Amino acid sequence: MKSFRSNWLWRSLSLGATALLGGCDAIVLDPQGPIGIADKTILIDSLAIMLAIVVPTIAATFAFAWWFRASNARATYLPEFAYSGRIELIVWAIPLLVIMLLGGVAWIGSHDLDPAKPLASDTPPLEIQGVSLDWKWLFIYPNQRIASVNQLVVPAGVPIHFSLTSASVMNAFFIPQLGSMIYTMNGMTTQLNLRANAPGTFLGLSSHYSGDGFSDMHFDVQAVPAEQFAAWIDTARNTGPTLDAGSYAALSRQSINTSPFTFRAADPALFQQIITQQLPPGPGPQAGRPNQNVSPRTEH
Amino acid sequence: MSAFEAAAGRGDLNHVGYDRESRDRRYPADELVSKRIIVGYGFWIFLLSDIVMFSAFFATYAVLVGATAGGPSGRELFNLRNVGIETACLLLSSFTCGLASIGAWAHRGCWFYSAMAATCILGAAFLFIEVHEFVGMVARGAGPTRSAFLSAFFTLVGCHGLHVTAGLLWLLTMMAQVFAKGFRADILRRVLCFGLFWHTLDIIWVAIFTVVYLMGVGQ
Amino acid sequence: MLGKLTWAAIPFDQPIPLFAAAFVGVAIISILAWITLKGWLPYLWREWITSVDHKRIGIMYILLAMVMLLRGFSDAIMMRSQQALAFRSDGYLPPEHYDQIFSAHGTLMIFFVAMPFVIGLMNFVMPLQLGVRDVAFPTLNSVSLWLTATGALLVNISLVVGEFARTGWLPYPPLSEITYSPGVGVDYYLWSLQISGVGTLLTGVNFVTTILKIHAPGMTYMRMPIFCWTTLASNLLIVAAFPILTATLAMLLLDRYLGFHFFTNEAGGNVMMFMNLIWAWGHPEVYILILPAFGVFSEVISTFSGKPLFGYRSMVMATMAICILSFSVWLHHFFTMGAGADVNAIFGIASMIIAVPTGVKVFNWLFTMYGGRVVYSTPILWSIGFMVTFLIGGVTGVLLAVPPADFILHNSLFLVAHFHNVIIGGVLFGAFAGYTFWFPKAFGFRLHEGLGKASFWCWIIGFYVAFMPLYVLGLMGMTRRMQHYDVAAWRPWLLIAAGGAVIILAGIILQIAQLAVSIRRREELRDETGDPWNGRSLEWATPSPPPTFNFAVLPRVEGRDAYWAMKQRVRQQGRLSEEPAYTEIEMPRNSATGFICAFFATFMGFALIWHIWWLVALAALGAYATFVVFAWRDRVEYIIPADVVARIDRANRSARSDALIHVPGAP
Repeated sequence: MKSFRSNWLWRSLSLGATALLGGCDAIVLDPQGPIGIADKTILIDSLAIMLAIVVPTIAATFAFAWWFRASNARATYLPEFAYSGRIELIVWAIPLLVIMLLGGVAWIGSHDLDPAKPLASDTPPLEIQGVSLDWKWLFIYPNQRIASVNQLVVPAGVPIHFSLTSASVMNAFFIPQLGSMIYTMNGMTTQLNLRANAPGTFLGLSSHYSGDGFSDMHFDVQAVPAEQFAAWIDTARNTGPTLDAGSYAALSRQSINTSPFTFRAADPALFQQIITQQLPPGPGPQAGRPNQNVSPRTEH
Repeated sequence: MSAFEAAAGRGDLNHVGYDRESRDRRYPADELVSKRIIVGYGFWIFLLSDIVMFSAFFATYAVLVGATAGGPSGRELFNLRNVGIETACLLLSSFTCGLASIGAWAHRGCWFYSAMAATCILGAAFLFIEVHEFVGMVARGAGPTRSAFLSAFFTLVGCHGLHVTAGLLWLLTMMAQVFAKGFRADILRRVLCFGLFWHTLDIIWVAIFTVVYLMGVGQ
Repeated sequence: MLGKLTWAAIPFDQPIPLFAAAFVGVAIISILAWITLKGWLPYLWREWITSVDHKRIGIMYILLAMVMLLRGFSDAIMMRSQQALAFRSDGYLPPEHYDQIFSAHGTLMIFFVAMPFVIGLMNFVMPLQLGVRDVAFPTLNSVSLWLTATGALLVNISLVVGEFARTGWLPYPPLSEITYSPGVGVDYYLWSLQISGVGTLLTGVNFVTTILKIHAPGMTYMRMPIFCWTTLASNLLIVAAFPILTATLAMLLLDRYLGFHFFTNEAGGNVMMFMNLIWAWGHPEVYILILPAFGVFSEVISTFSGKPLFGYRSMVMATMAICILSFSVWLHHFFTMGAGADVNAIFGIASMIIAVPTGVKVFNWLFTMYGGRVVYSTPILWSIGFMVTFLIGGVTGVLLAVPPADFILHNSLFLVAHFHNVIIGGVLFGAFAGYTFWFPKAFGFRLHEGLGKASFWCWIIGFYVAFMPLYVLGLMGMTRRMQHYDVAAWRPWLLIAAGGAVIILAGIILQIAQLAVSIRRREELRDETGDPWNGRSLEWATPSPPPTFNFAVLPRVEGRDAYWAMKQRVRQQGRLSEEPAYTEIEMPRNSATGFICAFFATFMGFALIWHIWWLVALAALGAYATFVVFAWRDRVEYIIPADVVARIDRANRSARSDALIHVPGAP
């Protein structure tokens, strides 16, 4: 197998490439939270391990195809060379060893970075309940009793525990710079734990296609210092409509490109009602050309 | 043979030659395997694929068996006495189908027709009881649209029932074919395939009977 | 009377599909008119449409694939151009249209380009390589072809009448349920795939039986060409996996049509069940596509290196290992569904394990070239291009198989780049290599070499320019299927990708030109001997194109690379083997069953989509009647007399003896 020095070489080459890309807004490679950082490390390490095998193989492909070209009289012609036990052993062993290494990385990484695993921290996590609707995101802060649409404000440095579900179709909740994504499905809760290390604004989006308005299901994630967060909560408590069954039903109707806003008072039992389908799943399209039973449309 | 010589003079390759009924004869030494083996083998592969399809329905049933959405479960719905009669009908029909196969190979018309008729009656009896069960369940508000469990039940058992229906249609067609053309080699190959099909449906029924009815009631 | 169907179903208010439909309509009518006026219709009906000859059926499959490639690629160009334009704007494709385009693109490319292409190659080549006259069930072969064509037809009709699915190439519920997709689009998708799925399953049964039961005398399993092994593995996968697709789509159909609750949100439906079932089919499906391509590369690399394939035995083991392992990895398509660390890790490791036999194959190809005399023909260029490209795609695949890496890259353009990397670099390059390699066998003349090489370079350069930016975009957080976006940093990369698509377009145009030029110059490019590449397996022993019965007398096989051994013996002895004793040959009659069955299937599918129930019943009756008529046939075969066989074979033998014996200094 490769020596430690050349492993280091591959690793630094990969890191160099990613630094270059980082300068080009490759936000996945520029994580701002512990989950994202760990995900990225595993990505780079796995890539390095594999490049150590694949780059020489690609080089050998070109080399053999070039050296053994028909017009090269200097190349030895071995027309009966069709088997070699030693080569067989190596060609089975190399991929096997690489896979054993990567398998270990996968096992450990899957357990350490399981989305439902709480983050190690002294601060208790902030609870946020996320609901994907057609085609916007609703975030309920159950302990603060407010909610926001298409906007996520969180305190920096505090672990956040997301409980997620969907009002209708499958979506996926994803903040690329903070780490892992997770699906959202109606009637079920999925869990995600993230943290922003420092204040900043990050892109958040749905990473699972969910219909005509899918492209607008993005939201700004603002990680702010604790005081600013408290101030935002206070402002939200004094502005905007109330989130209850009625306003939820209005929200769950299909609409495209909803501007961010907040709810002043969110019913804490609402999330449970969504999960148990006490509040029914969102309705589908109501219009179409000529009608929704042939070709549905959403006006926008 | 004069017909052969007469044909030998014609030019165009795809239309040269004379017509001959295909018979199950030993192929010339340069061919390897008889048509009967090929057809039987191919049909077995098809049956295996059908079993895979049923496995998908079984897996779905197993996952959804608890999803009764507040509606009735298997315990409240299944009538094991009827299921027992259905099983007896189907197993007996497999036996009569075997008799029909033997009759066909022995070129004995009366055995073949009577055994096939018995198979048909037993299969139809099975279907009658099953349809009766389904209609009853729908009338009690336990139709397939009531819950995911019922959707899975109706689909799994119903798919088997559809296969039995198709089998009966095939059975009648085979009887008609034998009546029209006698025990010709290609007809016999089809009888072989029909027999395989019918016995496979029996095997699948045993699985349904166990997984759906016995386990459903035993919960 | 006509169910949901009204004149309003035709998109008179949408210029793009209307124009496309009109264009295609005019093209089809012109071609049909030209054929009819030239008087070719009877010939086409007799020799091609009703043909049960595996060679003709194989050619028609590939023709279908190539035509559908044009449609699928137009969808791709539209997607790339939309994404290049739609920065802080709506582009020119509204979401309801764009969503249909990417769904149609994936559906067409997988089911009606890649599948027919590899099935066509397997159909044409496999019986010839086994040294036999046809597949086990020739009429069933024709049925499979025409049912596949029906599926393709239905998808294309959706362009004009109604709409296509807007759910992506796999219709995940609940989006694909009647609540959220009440239109006819998903129904078009479902019925089209159910019908063509029957065709594909029958092909699987047919080919497995042929390979396992019908060989030339002396051809044991371990003497079969490696392409036949990969064909076997691929068709075993078809037999084992396609029924799952049939069952799953049937469940979705029951939900949509009869109000069942398999995958609905209400009444206990379980969307996760759909994901598991569809990917239990979906993952074997991609191996169904790639295994024949691997077989093509094995044949091409060994032929053009002038050496036997290195490590035949371990290639066979690797092929069967891939076949079995492909059923153990399906969950890696939804690591992010939240199955938990243990489950995710196990499936991640299983996905990596499957990379081992694939790696073994790559090394074996490398060592096939080692010590060879590599001729840089077009097929070899495709093969070398494949090895490099597929390795890169494989790396990104194993990367995505590590769950934490997948957590940040799932559903992004990184994923899109990965699977195009392996499918284009693997399946499509293999298809093109096979097309070029076996074209002279099928038609009697080679393809123009210069245009072939030019199109290869356009394809490979275009591929990298189109898809490497997508890896970068995935790392920039861009997810797939976006109709518009407002992140400025993504734009330049999408522009580059659009440029790559244009380069690929040049490659496609060059391939069309290559075909036209080759047909025009076919006398210059004529394959006189039937063995233009100094081949190693039995298909090269036949004339080009082979007679309907393939071999006058089934060859006796004594080892691997059977034809190569025959040639060596002829060269040593300075003469051909003795003329065999010619006997008459029985061949299956042509049959219209396949075409007529598909005719009724088309109407049945269309009627089911539009809820025209009386037409469904009528078409079903018609299909059943066709089946009964077929079963009532008395004259199933026809005889080719011995002297005709002798005449054809003697011509072949003299062409060969000229090539092998009278050419001085043959290697």
